[in-house]
Amino acid sequence: MSKFLLHINGKSYPIEAQDDESLLSVLRNHLSLTGTKYGCGEGQCGACTVLMDGAATRSCQIPAAAAADAKIMTIEGLEQSGRLTPVQEAFLQEGAFQCGYCTSGMIMAASALLHDNHAPTDEQIVTAMNGNVCRCGTYPRILAAIRRASSASAGGAR
Amino acid sequence: MITREFQSLHSDVNRRDFLKVLGGGLLVCLSPVPTIAQESGRAANRHELPTEISAWIHIDADGQVRVFTGKVEVGQNIRTSLAQAVAEELRVPFESITMVMGDTDLVPWDMGTFGSRTTPTMSPQLRKMAIAARELLVETAARRWNVDASKLIAGSGKVTSPDGKKFITYANLTRGEDLVKSVSGNPTLTPATEWKVAGTAMPKVSGRDFVTGKHEFPSDLARPGMLFGSVLRPESYNAKLDSMDTSAAEKMPGVRVVRDGDFTGVVADSAFVAHQALGAIKAKWSSPTQPSNQGLFDYLKANLEGKSDAEHQSGSVIDSFASADVKLESRYTIEYIAHTPLEPRAAVAEWNDGKLTVWTGTQRPFGVQEELMQAFKLSPKQVRVIQPDMGSGYGGKHTGEAAIEAARLARATGKPVKVVWTREEEFTWAYFRPAGLVEVKSAAHRDGILVSWEFHNYNSGPAAIGTPYEVPNQLIQFHPSKSPLRQGSYRGLAATFNHFARECQMDEMAHALKMDPLAFRLKNISDQRLKAVVQAAAEKFGWGASKSSLERGFGIACGTDKGGYVATCAEVAIDPSTQKVKVLRAVQAWECGAIINPDGLRNQVQGALVQGLGGALFERILFSNGRIENPRLSKYRVPRFSDTPQIDVVLIDRKDLPSAGAGETGIVGIAPAIGNAIFAASGTRLRHMPLTPEDNVIKS
Ligand code: FES
Ligand code: FES
Repeated sequence: MSKFLLHINGKSYPIEAQDDESLLSVLRNHLSLTGTKYGCGEGQCGACTVLMDGAATRSCQIPAAAAADAKIMTIEGLEQSGRLTPVQEAFLQEGAFQCGYCTSGMIMAASALLHDNHAPTDEQIVTAMNGNVCRCGTYPRILAAIRRASSASAGGAR
Repeated sequence: MITREFQSLHSDVNRRDFLKVLGGGLLVCLSPVPTIAQESGRAANRHELPTEISAWIHIDADGQVRVFTGKVEVGQNIRTSLAQAVAEELRVPFESITMVMGDTDLVPWDMGTFGSRTTPTMSPQLRKMAIAARELLVETAARRWNVDASKLIAGSGKVTSPDGKKFITYANLTRGEDLVKSVSGNPTLTPATEWKVAGTAMPKVSGRDFVTGKHEFPSDLARPGMLFGSVLRPESYNAKLDSMDTSAAEKMPGVRVVRDGDFTGVVADSAFVAHQALGAIKAKWSSPTQPSNQGLFDYLKANLEGKSDAEHQSGSVIDSFASADVKLESRYTIEYIAHTPLEPRAAVAEWNDGKLTVWTGTQRPFGVQEELMQAFKLSPKQVRVIQPDMGSGYGGKHTGEAAIEAARLARATGKPVKVVWTREEEFTWAYFRPAGLVEVKSAAHRDGILVSWEFHNYNSGPAAIGTPYEVPNQLIQFHPSKSPLRQGSYRGLAATFNHFARECQMDEMAHALKMDPLAFRLKNISDQRLKAVVQAAAEKFGWGASKSSLERGFGIACGTDKGGYVATCAEVAIDPSTQKVKVLRAVQAWECGAIINPDGLRNQVQGALVQGLGGALFERILFSNGRIENPRLSKYRVPRFSDTPQIDVVLIDRKDLPSAGAGETGIVGIAPAIGNAIFAASGTRLRHMPLTPEDNVIKS
């Protein structure tokens, strides 16, 4: 059992967790940040994707204690005073979901991608997003949403 | 919060009292007509609600409209499309509608959300009630103004005088009133040609909650003082427990082991500890020898169970086959596959004064209520099941396993308990889409007219087993078998495999006749709706524009089920050195009557096709000796971005026809279209689903 601080969405949370408890488990079960989802627990579906110092990270694959020094961003942290990010907005515009269970992870992965590459090609989007599963099969719409968000960012809407 | 407001709905009250509980206003109930009764509306012997009604609409003093239905939202977007239908007939803005769904205390009994039934049955029911409500509002306004009701106009949530000078809002009409109406007749629905709210691309209700992570899925819910549970599973199916040592688990702080007959579970104050404790239990099992994938299809054919009546029979398949010019006999097979909803089964259970409340992800809240009643010997009044909009199901969440487990653990500990299945549990302890085989004998005249069609499906199921082609001599039969694995519902049921076998066989026939597969189909179709989708898909795809080559293949398939018509064209690329297949492009034409929400429909049709890619190309459950060998996403491949071809969906809007459901049948066309495209390019006929389980490589 160790004690540490997690820095999530601009706030610091004192945590007491076992060394091998995942960040996902801590987010969901200790902090009630349930926007981050469990889908597989083995790094295969991306439902649990968060940003760690800006990088898309599978929160099921990293012990919470190992995230203690990082700036963590979850889906709950994107909206700022009622304003959605261009990626969130684009998902809404394109209706890029059905059940919406994959959506948090998709949006976090897409946000990281567009942060690093403002105008990705379709091929780059597919490569970057291929670890994220949408069982409802809305991939074409998610692709369209990421394209839309990339042109929105390029147009200075950010 | 609706839940709190209406907590007492479950008393045996008459309709007027019922309205008092709701705080006055306007209430319209629907008395089910006999054909609907089977699906919605409580059975006479155990009705809980004021009368035998299958749904109702309430308008409160603020003009807020609440629509109560037992259907549930699982991603198919009916929360939106049903609200559109009601808004249309009630003549109110879309935003004033709230759908109250899948809460057994609040909504009328409903069999469940499956079989593409919501749009063809629930939607017209709700529309009828909305019309009755509108008429009641108009009559009330007429009485107040002392004018002829037929002269008044309802629109935008108001009743307006003929000259347009005077109006009164619905809220004003319902305030302080107790207006009650029961509908049983057949009012005329607004024709689709006049729709203003229905028929438009309304975005998903509360879409914002999904992009901000605010929406609470069943696995996200928490209750005060809640504990986390985890359940011990046998090492294989049908295993018997020999011995168990729970002492290590019991010593862990905050852990409690719960044993109840065959059931063993643990609870702890965190999910992590609960799983650790479960891992600390030492159990020894003995397992019987059980079947495996090896020899599965022979097993299914050899182990028939129950009756296999002919689904269709006409003429003589024996004579017509014997005397035909061109004939073929083939065998098709399909493996078990798993639904793999991204959100696994989850439930939170809580007991209060002998009443059990369970929040869980299910397509059948009333079915789960029934399971809980049986498991704990409770009356319907003692069990409330609430279904929050969930991380989908695809036919895989009809049952209440997690609900019962959570309820058992909650009862033992006296605290609310949450159980969320792991991916591995979901792969192993849910149920599968049935494996099966089809044997088919078909024959045609030299000129391409089909004369004989004999089709036997073993175990996979009877859905869409018939042929939509004109064939004078038919024998079509489903033979149920003893399935070695637990099997159940799946999006489209056996329509996928029956379409695969039929449409591949049709393709083989076309090639044997040296005819173009499209021309051969059209020659044997007389159903104009089917013809229309086939032509639409072919046209959009550019069928015939290029010839298939060793590296490029084009395939087509079509069919109909549950009131939906589909035609799918696929283009595949084959790497000549590796024989790897990639699906480059798919066109799917779809028709299901008048379109209620073109955006939602497009999403469903496209999503079904993408999901269908998995079962077509690589999804399969591997098992042996009662164990699932690939119960994880790293070993069970599902479609990803890189598997998704360019997809064009062509929607045909038949405003003259009633709307049918669209959640399922869009899945049936892609597998045979790909199989046929692979044949067109490579000359290899793949008769097994999945077609290319090993790394997308063609192996004959
Ligand atoms: S839950 Fe972490 S990748 Fe699936
Ligand atoms: S929308 Fe259901 S999993 Fe993606």
